[in-house]
Amino acid sequence: MTDIAATAPAHGPAHGHTDHAHDDHDHDTPGFFVRWFMSTNHKDIGTLYLIFAIIAGIVGGVISGLMRWELAEPGIQYLTGWAQFFDPAAGEVQGKHFWNVMITAHGLIMVFFMVMPAMIGGFGNWFVPLMIGAPDMAFPRMNNVSFWLTAVAFIMLVGSMFVPGGSGLGAGTGWTVYAPLSTSGSVGPAVDMAIFSLHLAGAASILGAINFITTIFNMRAPGMTIHKMPLFVWSVLVTAFLLLLALPVLAAAITMLLTDRNFGTTFYDAAGGGDPVLYQHLFWFFGHPEVYIMILPGFGIVSQIISTFSKKPVFGYLGMAYAMVAIGVVGFIVWAHHMFTVGMSVNLKMYFTAATMVIAVPTGIKIFSWIATMWGGSMTFKTPMMWSLGFIFMFTVGGVTGVVLANGGVDTNLHDTYYVVAHFHYVLSLGAVFSLFAGFYYWFPKMSGRMYNEFLGQLHFWIFFIGVNVLFFPQHFLGQQGMPRRYPDYPEAYAFWHLISSYGYVIMAVGVLIFFVNILYSLVAGKRAADNPWGEGATTLEWTLSSPPPFHQFNELPRIA
Amino acid sequence: MLEASGKRVYSAREIQPRQWLAGRMSGRGRTGDEAEKEQQATGGTILMKSLKTLVIAAALSLGAVGVGHAQAPATAPAEAPVAATAPAAANPAPVAADAAAPATVAAAVPAGDATYVPMKPTPGVGQPIDAGIDFQPQVSPVGEQAYWFNHVILLPVITIITLLVLGLMLWAMFRYRAKANPVPSKTTHNTFIEIIWTAIPVLILAVIAVPSIRLLAQQYEPPKKEALTIKVTGYQWYWGYAYPDQGIGEYVSKMLTEDQAKASGEPHQLAVDNRMVVPVGRQVKLIITGADVIHSFAVPAFWTKMDAVPGRANETTFTANKVGVYYGQCSELCGVDHGFMPIAVEVLPVDKWEAWVRSKGGNPAGPVAAVPAAAAPAPVAAGAAAPAVTPAATTTEAAPAAAPAAAPVATN
Repeated sequence: MTDIAATAPAHGPAHGHTDHAHDDHDHDTPGFFVRWFMSTNHKDIGTLYLIFAIIAGIVGGVISGLMRWELAEPGIQYLTGWAQFFDPAAGEVQGKHFWNVMITAHGLIMVFFMVMPAMIGGFGNWFVPLMIGAPDMAFPRMNNVSFWLTAVAFIMLVGSMFVPGGSGLGAGTGWTVYAPLSTSGSVGPAVDMAIFSLHLAGAASILGAINFITTIFNMRAPGMTIHKMPLFVWSVLVTAFLLLLALPVLAAAITMLLTDRNFGTTFYDAAGGGDPVLYQHLFWFFGHPEVYIMILPGFGIVSQIISTFSKKPVFGYLGMAYAMVAIGVVGFIVWAHHMFTVGMSVNLKMYFTAATMVIAVPTGIKIFSWIATMWGGSMTFKTPMMWSLGFIFMFTVGGVTGVVLANGGVDTNLHDTYYVVAHFHYVLSLGAVFSLFAGFYYWFPKMSGRMYNEFLGQLHFWIFFIGVNVLFFPQHFLGQQGMPRRYPDYPEAYAFWHLISSYGYVIMAVGVLIFFVNILYSLVAGKRAADNPWGEGATTLEWTLSSPPPFHQFNELPRIA
Repeated sequence: MLEASGKRVYSAREIQPRQWLAGRMSGRGRTGDEAEKEQQATGGTILMKSLKTLVIAAALSLGAVGVGHAQAPATAPAEAPVAATAPAAANPAPVAADAAAPATVAAAVPAGDATYVPMKPTPGVGQPIDAGIDFQPQVSPVGEQAYWFNHVILLPVITIITLLVLGLMLWAMFRYRAKANPVPSKTTHNTFIEIIWTAIPVLILAVIAVPSIRLLAQQYEPPKKEALTIKVTGYQWYWGYAYPDQGIGEYVSKMLTEDQAKASGEPHQLAVDNRMVVPVGRQVKLIITGADVIHSFAVPAFWTKMDAVPGRANETTFTANKVGVYYGQCSELCGVDHGFMPIAVEVLPVDKWEAWVRSKGGNPAGPVAAVPAAAAPAPVAAGAAAPAVTPAATTTEAAPAAAPAAAPVATN
């Protein structure tokens, strides 16, 4: 199968049977079970990833809704009742523990089981082969393994909420799983299960990364040089390298957590010569590249969309591509800005302050290049374009608060406050998620063969845009006032902005409902989509195929001029 | 007078950056001078060197003031009844509130020349305000500097950049909409403008970096010898404070229940039973550690936050220049009651603080008084007594713990 690129014309079922064809006899699609549970087709696996990400996103989103519900007023109103849903004997302590379980689950689910699967597993799988003119991924069966490992990891994480984790059921360590809270501080199997879940999700991502790197390096159609690849492919390539280099470090870090927990090692216990801060260094050496893993494919998606709807090629293509490479490289040497208050030397803090601010430069190049792409264009404002424009502005807001936080001296006050929460939700919830919606609307016609409803799409955008801003902007104020993160309750003075923030959640949730209505309506009754519904601006290879594309595409490899 | 000397001492320490912490963390317990040499040799920047030239000049001219301040703790007890009026006049409001404070929290103090009654917080100071959007008012020199940096440099810069991006986007959306511009241009490169939008952000970041690095240097100045040392320990889920030099063993500080907080006129979730109490204008050196998991000691009004990590002794300093009660909250997830282990720091005029120390059975003068009274005012004596609290001695948890035991014996 790895020879596909060289021998593709001979392989395709459209031209008769090949010796090793198993169930391609009707040269169409395999049966339901084989197609969806033993899939080796990049588009089917991409679809599975997208469905999976939507389900995980609903779970993670409901958890954040519960959190905003509890935080709407000072005092602890509902936690104990919710904890009793899992454990009828739960009391106040278990209720407060359940809070920590929710913040942990929300973080892990949104990072590992919503954004990453949707960006890389979903859109990456679907469109990287299409955009480079390849018939499939380089390792189709490994692709399948990646997906099912992710699914099992998710089940393990959700399952951990039902087993003891110290003060109550579930792992209440935060998504960062800091030692010693996650070692001596949390008795019971819940944290072990959460760690195993991360192992599996990490292994899945590493396999996926290997697959993408191999595919992009070896399976480009004739004439598709590295410097002609669409920017989305570039973004997935850089992301795959970040995954490949960062995730093994996470795996090592959390394996040592496991042995500290279960086998009496003391990697993170000062009493045995270890160091709790070592864990933080290892975690954030993975964790900072991780945030770029989440946002870089979004950069790629937005670049495609801005170009398409401006009817202009991307401005400064090489600058855009290498800005992503630069972000990826610099992303590996800034990790300790997540731990400014841990007690580090002033030299180290000065270094990490300076290095972190450097990232603003390639990021600025990208923002300005997007605007320059629009400049002189002939713009239309279809739903994907609206999401992309929203992305640029919201990502800018999240980016500049990142510059504030980069200053170690200023971070002393803001560290672990709601200002940080606002910052990373602006870059992720309003950045990564906006680009996900943008990509979803952009490629929905290609993936499903039907147009989404434009009115519902626009409505979804505006309601969601207003909702998330009402939700997250006041959190800057809370943070500046001193409100710490991960608190189930707070002094009266913070009540006003917390209430506004919770209203914002409700507005946003209405937007998401419209999204689901739109998907269901469009899948059933949407207009049939043309091969290229976006017109002359859409120049990448996926628009040369039918909507939806054939089960196997590019039996004859396209030639890129 | 106190306040004035506090300010002048601040200006002196502002220009004595020393990266002693690097030395401490390497585990060799180097002296400040070694660290300074190392900084000159390696990390030392031109900025640092020019600052140090200033130091020498300023230190010479301000030397006398520094000595005066160093004497203060030693001589003050004797003058306490007399001096009490002066700080009280300077801070009329909190002291007036004092008198009205209900005795729900602290036990009655033996009558003496001055008694300690927990102070009432000043509304809007040291705690969040309803629907507030800004930082809490800063009462420490580092806090003022950081607040200035954020409000004069960072906030305007990020606001302008955001508005610039928004403006350019809106203009492009209007001017180059399909109706207004049906034929798109074919421009895909412009080397000049690409250089511009790379270079200008670099310059902006350079402008931000200078005060940012300066702020860091200020935060990391080594504590002065007369700094008050307090050992802070984070527990699940309360704080423990000890004053090794004053002979006050560790006492615990727990959150008040809602009713208790109401009764004492304090904000619920911030009020505690036993506060950390410090004298106004005197530098405080915190040695922070965690007993079980990682906690984080934070007081927003001082621009102070430092993790309490088990097995480590982290050090940070602050100087509170205004009498009052300042609240903070644990800032690192530490388990079930992470949200319910607040921090309250009461900043008192020196004589009141001394009364508090005595009410705790401690000796306000600390180890300095161990030297014969006649010698105490001499700066040399202060220096001689200091080694007991140097950073090197605090790299293990045991060291500060041992100090309180020794101190009372020495003073009696």
